[in-house]
Amino acid sequence: MTELETLKSALLAEIAGAGDEAAIEAVRVSALGKKGSVSELLKTLGSMTPEERQTRGAAINALKNEITDAITERKTVLKDAAIDARLKAETLDVSLPVRSSPAERGRIHPISQIIDEITAVFADMGFSIAEGPDVETDYYNFTALNFPEGHPAREMHDTFFFQADEKGERKVLRTHTSPVQVRTMEAQDPPIRIVIPGKTYRQDSDATHSPMFHQVEGLVIDKKSNVGNMRWVLEEFCKAFFEVPSVTMRFRPSFFPFTEPSFEVDIQCDRSGPIVKFGEGTDWMEILGCGMVHPNVLRSGGLDPDEYQGFAWGMGLDRIAMLKYGMPDLRDFFNADVRWMNHYGFRPLDMPTLFGGLSQ
Amino acid sequence: MKFTLSWLKDHLETDATLDQICERLTAIGLEVEDVDDKAAYKPFVIAKILTAEQHPEADRLRVLSVDAGPNVNGGKPLQIVCGAPNARAGLIGALARPGDYVPGLDVTLGVGKIRGVESHGMMCSEKELNMSDEHNGIIDLPENALVGTSFAAYAGLDDPIIEINLTPNRPDCTSIYGIARDLAASGLGRLKVPAAPALKLEGETTVGLTIDLDDEKLCPGFGLRLVRGVKNGPSPAWMQTRLKAIGLRPINALVDITNYMTFDQGRPMHVFDAAKVKGDLTVRRAKEGETVLALDTREYKLGPNNVVIADDNGVESIGGIMGGEHSGCDENTVDVLIESALWDPINIAKSGRTLGIITDARYRFERGVDPEYMVPGLDRTTQLVLNLCGGTPAKEKIVGYNGFEAKTVDFPFSEVKRLTGLEVSTDESREILTRLGFTVEGQGGGTGETVSVKVPSWRPDVDGKADLVEEVMRIHGVDNIKPEPLENLGTVNGKILTTLQIRTRTAKRALASRGMLEAVTWSFIPEDQAKLFGGGSSALKLANPIAADMSDMRPSLLPGLLTAAQRNADKGYGDVAIFEVSGTYENDTPEGQRRVAGGIRRGTASINGAGRMWSNATKGGGKPVDVYDAKADALAVIEACGLPMGNVQIEQGGPSWYHPGRSGTIKMGPKVILGTFGEFHPKTLAALDVSGALAGFEIYLDAMPEPKKKATRTKPGLELSPFQVVKRDFAFVVGSEVEAGAIVKAATSADRKLITGVNVFDVFEGASLGEGKKSIAIEVLIQPVDKTLTDEDFEALTGKIVANVEKTTGGVLRA
Repeated sequence: MTELETLKSALLAEIAGAGDEAAIEAVRVSALGKKGSVSELLKTLGSMTPEERQTRGAAINALKNEITDAITERKTVLKDAAIDARLKAETLDVSLPVRSSPAERGRIHPISQIIDEITAVFADMGFSIAEGPDVETDYYNFTALNFPEGHPAREMHDTFFFQADEKGERKVLRTHTSPVQVRTMEAQDPPIRIVIPGKTYRQDSDATHSPMFHQVEGLVIDKKSNVGNMRWVLEEFCKAFFEVPSVTMRFRPSFFPFTEPSFEVDIQCDRSGPIVKFGEGTDWMEILGCGMVHPNVLRSGGLDPDEYQGFAWGMGLDRIAMLKYGMPDLRDFFNADVRWMNHYGFRPLDMPTLFGGLSQ
Repeated sequence: MKFTLSWLKDHLETDATLDQICERLTAIGLEVEDVDDKAAYKPFVIAKILTAEQHPEADRLRVLSVDAGPNVNGGKPLQIVCGAPNARAGLIGALARPGDYVPGLDVTLGVGKIRGVESHGMMCSEKELNMSDEHNGIIDLPENALVGTSFAAYAGLDDPIIEINLTPNRPDCTSIYGIARDLAASGLGRLKVPAAPALKLEGETTVGLTIDLDDEKLCPGFGLRLVRGVKNGPSPAWMQTRLKAIGLRPINALVDITNYMTFDQGRPMHVFDAAKVKGDLTVRRAKEGETVLALDTREYKLGPNNVVIADDNGVESIGGIMGGEHSGCDENTVDVLIESALWDPINIAKSGRTLGIITDARYRFERGVDPEYMVPGLDRTTQLVLNLCGGTPAKEKIVGYNGFEAKTVDFPFSEVKRLTGLEVSTDESREILTRLGFTVEGQGGGTGETVSVKVPSWRPDVDGKADLVEEVMRIHGVDNIKPEPLENLGTVNGKILTTLQIRTRTAKRALASRGMLEAVTWSFIPEDQAKLFGGGSSALKLANPIAADMSDMRPSLLPGLLTAAQRNADKGYGDVAIFEVSGTYENDTPEGQRRVAGGIRRGTASINGAGRMWSNATKGGGKPVDVYDAKADALAVIEACGLPMGNVQIEQGGPSWYHPGRSGTIKMGPKVILGTFGEFHPKTLAALDVSGALAGFEIYLDAMPEPKKKATRTKPGLELSPFQVVKRDFAFVVGSEVEAGAIVKAATSADRKLITGVNVFDVFEGASLGEGKKSIAIEVLIQPVDKTLTDEDFEALTGKIVANVEKTTGGVLRA
């Protein structure tokens, strides 16, 4: 065995024996470093004769290449092993829980969600949203809406009053959203198509009555809208809102001071189970009141009833929320119980649209 | 309004079934609320006791053999055990069989075995059939009662009862006659119009009668008639049965007649015992403090707003509402004074309300009683008195009645189509109105396109064209109105929400996206809470709150939310994050109603979640919420509403309900207050009786300025610098009172072009800095724009930053 072969086998043995990246580096330095064993041999090339260079020189270069390759190869192996070892050491228990997204935890109150649902449906029919104050004058809440002073219909409203002012006038908490009808007529020229959601107040409290509740009201004023149009609007709304392909509605003549003719509207449904189902069944459930705007109300709004006409309707927002989503007791709406809000509330990113559906 | 089918048929000749009648009532606006078809009484049959033997095991029981006709038990007698003392052979009574439901006992019978003897039914008492309280023995019918036939038919218990929910505009249908008229007009039968009674009058009504009122509207007519020599006693069975069926208690014939007239004709009547009336009758206002013992045996204290009928004894009756006990009629009454009067609906409504009296008379007078029926009603009542009690009627006395002038409405028939969309022929319209009692006149005797319509005296609710349209429509049939699409506006809809509506909606979704739950709490709160939060003014105090702690309109959303959080905590849910976006009330004007987004966090309910978590374990987990949680929520609302955050300033300190050192006010410019946030003052929490770590905020959405109108939707151009962004850290030692915000502002203003961000990354206070000092470390982001900065450029910039901070805050670079 030549001296070169001895060196080679010794170095290859060292390379194979190197256990980590530091050891293989030490081998590289001892062989290929400035004063390394192979480097020293390479230095002798300069003093060789051309013949010597042909044979021994070539052998030294071959040794150098072989050792370099062996080191590189070993280095790669050791590096991969080191990464494997590190990854192993870094292993975590991924079964540990993480926090849920805040958007997943938050909730929108059913009233807000229902208002958005109603907005989506009526926006499609060319309506906009109108609002008005909760603290109203007697004029807007009653007189302008054709409730004569002392009329029994006023008494039926169980009104909350404020203290009388120095002129003896006392404001009220609005008993319905209808004052906004006249406020809108005063502020805007026809054609008018508005929907009015909002808080209303009456002195009443049981499972289906609360001293504070919500109504949604609609108003259409132009020169030709009639009961047939009203029927269409309400049927389209009920289909869209309750998300059923068809509804059967029954219009019964009734009485409200601010409409003439007036109707109460029943919707056909199935009440045999614990949850009311619309679009099927043989029961009737009263769902809203409506009518042609009374000539005196048009006059209150500054409009000539022989030129303008239109219709209005109103219903309980909380009530239709309860019908659609099945809350049993109205009073819970205002209790802010986190269990109720979590259960009946809606996720903030579930926004009602017509293109994506009103509810998920 | 309740009535029975047979009573209705007194006035309506019809072959219609009960179902058809009910369906039509609802269709024409007389909504049927309840129908009792009396099916519950159908099973009971008339049966005869053939034999009554002593029970072998019980002294007080008898074993009966009962014959119930050929259709029961194959015509064979039934064996029944009975304990009634009057059970005897030959008695004819009412039999209930196994399987029948006995209403008075609320049980369904089975075959029983009583002391060893089988019993196949029961002979019933009146109480057991809910007919009366009589329970001393079983029903004992006369000999002529036909065995095997329906007991209900025999006893008049099979007359269905209909209850309608009458709208307040229909006084004419407070009478069964009026209901019949409406049904007849709708084509369901023929109205039977009664002939006026022919009375043989003798003598005068001798009692003096005057109306002494400053306002004649209060009593626009008073009719009085004396009937001498009556014999008062129980009214006949047919009348008692009807009155009981609709829930009235028979008293005596004279009183029952007045009640009968109230329902039959919608004409409330009153009867005085003439012997008890002292002197003349006067219709006048009550004197302040005057009292009357009314027929309900309660004493009422009256005043000048109540109109009464008085004599020398004082008040005898509250006009149109309730008679007095003193002059009431009883079995000793010989001479009776019958009153038929008219009263002012508004005064009756007010009087009834203030006195707290609800009567069938008030119900009708406050809706409006037919003035033209005052005298005919008096005559008809007189006739009933003569029929049931005998006597001699005197000539009536009529005071104050000036007759009735019918309202006239000019009515183009085209109004029906204009308002309802219905095609109704003018002939049909005219016929409907005529059948309802309207008089249609005008060109060609009312055959033209526009007619003059006279409103009958019983329809005070009809004023104008729209009312007549309703009459035609409801009788023609509402179901004939077909849905017609609303005119399409012919364009894609634009934005329909106002800025405030959009911001309200956005604020809700933004806060819910931060893990908060939306609450809706009461608009009214207790007075002390309102005062605590800057409210409680007298203008916003309810005169008639539903409860003492729901008395004042809220000046802030926070008290409602804080107490709600405590209620949840009391149930074991202490970590809550809740918000509300709604109204608060500064004053009673529309502008005084603010639109506020408010929220609170309690316990450890931070945006990242509540409670302990393994990943927070090194920090002990479950860090209590603080002012910074509330600040983040508050700013999130402002950001979501699209306000430029660069213009938003934070000032130390908030309103009195907050912790003075841990609260802030958010402003935009010197004037606009966008909101407040902070932890709460311990006194606030104590006053609300709430506890725990709590932080909250309120943002005034209505204070936010409208966004600037933009000429184009195009966003401004984006210039991306090719040069690397550089970060430099600085730590300043400042007095501990210096606000971090001031340092950030000073550093930012060193070069507004190059400095694109300043971030506070450490705040440190320690003894090493000296008393009253703190260190604030900031990271400054520098974005070169047109060239790479040289060392000299950086030196100049950092020098300026340090100098600016030193100048405005006195801070020096930390060594």
